[in-house]
Amino acid sequence: MIAHAIVFYIFSLIAIVSAIMVTVSKNTVNSVFFLILDFISISCLFIMIGAEFLGMIMLIVYVGAVAVLFLFVVMMLNVAQQKNEWFNSSGRSSHIPVGLLVSIIIFFELIIVIGGWKYKPDLLDSIAIEINTDLTNTQSLGSVIYTDYIHLFQLSGMVLLVAMIGAIVLTFRQRSGVKRQSYFKQISRDRKDGIELVDVENNKGVKIDV
Amino acid sequence: MFSIGLGHYLTLAAIIFTIGIVGIFLNRKNIIVILMSIELILLAVNINLVSFSIFINDLSGQVFTLFILTVAAAEAAIGLAIIVVYYRNSGTIRVEEIDKLKG
Repeated sequence: MIAHAIVFYIFSLIAIVSAIMVTVSKNTVNSVFFLILDFISISCLFIMIGAEFLGMIMLIVYVGAVAVLFLFVVMMLNVAQQKNEWFNSSGRSSHIPVGLLVSIIIFFELIIVIGGWKYKPDLLDSIAIEINTDLTNTQSLGSVIYTDYIHLFQLSGMVLLVAMIGAIVLTFRQRSGVKRQSYFKQISRDRKDGIELVDVENNKGVKIDV
Repeated sequence: MFSIGLGHYLTLAAIIFTIGIVGIFLNRKNIIVILMSIELILLAVNINLVSFSIFINDLSGQVFTLFILTVAAAEAAIGLAIIVVYYRNSGTIRVEEIDKLKG
């Protein structure tokens, strides 16, 4: 039990410190690195409390895809050296104390809610899908999302498809002056446009105008 | 102190959520860091859902977490695409200089 507690405290401390570093880091690349550290420690926590599948999916999706996407955009836009100096932004910095105040109030509201809430008395009757401890976490999740939640699962696939098409459409740029293959032009070419029969006179040759 | 309960996980989620909100409020230079703060907030929500799911012994919280993960990935992709297009058009993504709408 104590080992469990120690591991929890270590991972959550790493997660909190790296979350702070994401927001205050001077260099955007360092922010992305601390974001990766944050995701990894949180997914370790997930694996520790028994949600192994989600922990692994967090590693794959966040660290493998989203963080690499962030790194790629930071590299491409050349904004890594823009200083993130939000305490001495010149002059009109009246938003900083207000923002800090609002954030602290939000934090204390959350803490008050966490300290004071109770389970609903008939909570145990309203459990939708009870966790079967004989099965592994992956097996029980798979038996649920392909049967009860199949429509939501398909819909989330559609969300990903729309996101993919949207990203391509947004960033696609048609450049002028670049020669491209035009399938319609190729297919609609006729024999009389392409071939010309010429009677060649002796000792004169043929003048070809392309 | 040494028995980790639901409250510990909820407190961790609250702290990370607040850090994400602070990042959105106080960041004035780089809009990519704001997207990262949104990812932090979604991460805090995921922690809440997973810990409730484990401690109540109900699997549907983890299913919801899966869908939130999907939406977060789609949001990051679209947001970064918009940032790339904006940078291409205006040459900057500093928060202070994005004031085309004069809001």
